[in-house]
Amino acid sequence: MKVDFPPLDDLVACPQCDTLHLAADLPEGTRAGCQRCGHVLMSTQKTAVARIISLALTAFVLMIAAISFPFLALDAGGVRNATSVIDAILAFRNGLAFPLAIAVGFFIVVLPLMRLGALIYALGPLVAGRKARPGARAAFGLAERLRPWSMAEIFIVGVTVALIKVAGMAAVTIGPAFWAFAGVVVITILKDQLICRYSIWEALDKARA
Amino acid sequence: MSARAAGLVACRNCGQVHQLDTLRCKRCDSTLQSRDSQSLQKVWAWLVAGMIAYVPANLYPMLLTSTLTDRSESTIIGGVIELVDYGAIGIALVVFAASVLIPVGKFAAIIYLAVSVQRGSGRNRHGRHKAYDVVEFIGRWSMIDVFVVAILSALVQLSAIATINPGIAAVSFALSVIFTMLAAQSFDPRLIWDADRTIHD
Ligand SMILES: [Zn+2]
Ligand SMILES: [Zn+2]
Repeated sequence: MKVDFPPLDDLVACPQCDTLHLAADLPEGTRAGCQRCGHVLMSTQKTAVARIISLALTAFVLMIAAISFPFLALDAGGVRNATSVIDAILAFRNGLAFPLAIAVGFFIVVLPLMRLGALIYALGPLVAGRKARPGARAAFGLAERLRPWSMAEIFIVGVTVALIKVAGMAAVTIGPAFWAFAGVVVITILKDQLICRYSIWEALDKARA
Repeated sequence: MSARAAGLVACRNCGQVHQLDTLRCKRCDSTLQSRDSQSLQKVWAWLVAGMIAYVPANLYPMLLTSTLTDRSESTIIGGVIELVDYGAIGIALVVFAASVLIPVGKFAAIIYLAVSVQRGSGRNRHGRHKAYDVVEFIGRWSMIDVFVVAILSALVQLSAIATINPGIAAVSFALSVIFTMLAAQSFDPRLIWDADRTIHD
C-alpha cells in the first residue's frame, strides 16, 4: 500500500493506540481527543508557559522550605520530639530497610525537585522569547517520564493519616514545613493541569537553538 | 489508520512521528518501538515479583510499637482494625483501599489485560483501555501506608513513653508497589487496539 503523507511533523500518533491524526489548530478553550480510543491528544493553552514557569518556581522554593523548616512535633508526658521531612525519610535508615530510605527520599523530595528543575530549565528561556537551552527537550522528556514516581501528594495524604493515628495519644504541633509541603502539592497539581504536552513540544521545537 | 500500518513509528514519550526504521526519537531521544514485542514478558515478570512481595507484606508487621506497659506489632490489616476501633472509619477506609483493595485490584486488572491481549481479544477495547488508565493512575497511591510508617516512626520516638519503629513488611510492601508500577508501565496499551487491525485499517 502506497499513500502520500503530509510532512511527518504535521502528524500526531496517539500514544495509547497508535492511530494517526493530522494536527490542526484548535479553537481556544477546546481539546482534541483520539478518534479511536478517546485519549486527549491536545488542548489549547496558548499563554500557559509563563504560568507553568511561575508555578514551578513557587513550588521549587516551597519544597526547599519544606525540607529546611520544622515539619511536625509531638508532646507527651513532658517529652518532646520534633521531626523534619528528612527525619521521616531516615526512619528507614536501619538494617534491611536502608534502600527504602533512599527510595522514599527520591519519591518525596529528589524526584519532585528534579521535575520542577527540569521544567524551569527547559521552559524558562521560552517565556522571555529566547532560544531553548541545549538539552531542553531531553529535560522536558525527563520531567514527563518521572511523573509517576514523584509522590509528594501521596506523602501528604500519608502524613494526614499518621496524624490522625497519633492525635489520641499525644499533642501534635504542625510546623511551617507542613504547610509549605501542602503548598507544593497543590501548586504541582495546578501546574500539571496547565501542561498540554503537544503544545509544549511544539513550542520547544520552534525555539530550537 | 495506525502509525505502524502507515510505515511509521510514533514516540510514546512526546508523540513525534518517524519512519518505521528510526531507532531513537529525534525530538526527545527516547528509544522508539512500533510495538514493544517484549511487553507481555516484562509485564508478567514484574507482576509475579509484585505478587510475591505482597505476601510477606501482609504476614509480617508494618509497625513495632512499644509503650511503658507493653510491646505490640501491627500488620496492614491490624492497622486498619486499630483505626476502626478508634472510630476513624473514614481513614480506615482510605488505608484499606490503598493497602488492600488497590494492590489486589491491580493484580487482577493487569492479569486480565495481559491475558486478553495474549488471546488477541477484540472485545470491550474501550473498557480495557479504561482499566489500563485507572491502573496507571491509581497504583502509586498504594504507597500511602509506607509513608504513614515513615512519619509514625520518625515522630513517635518519646524515649520510655512510646516508640514506634518500622517493621520489615514496610519494605516488602514498598517493593510490591514498585514492582506492580513497573508491570503497569511495561504494558503497551497499543496492543489492546491491534487485535482487529489489518494492514489497511
Ligand atoms: Zn488513541
Ligand atoms: Zn520523543
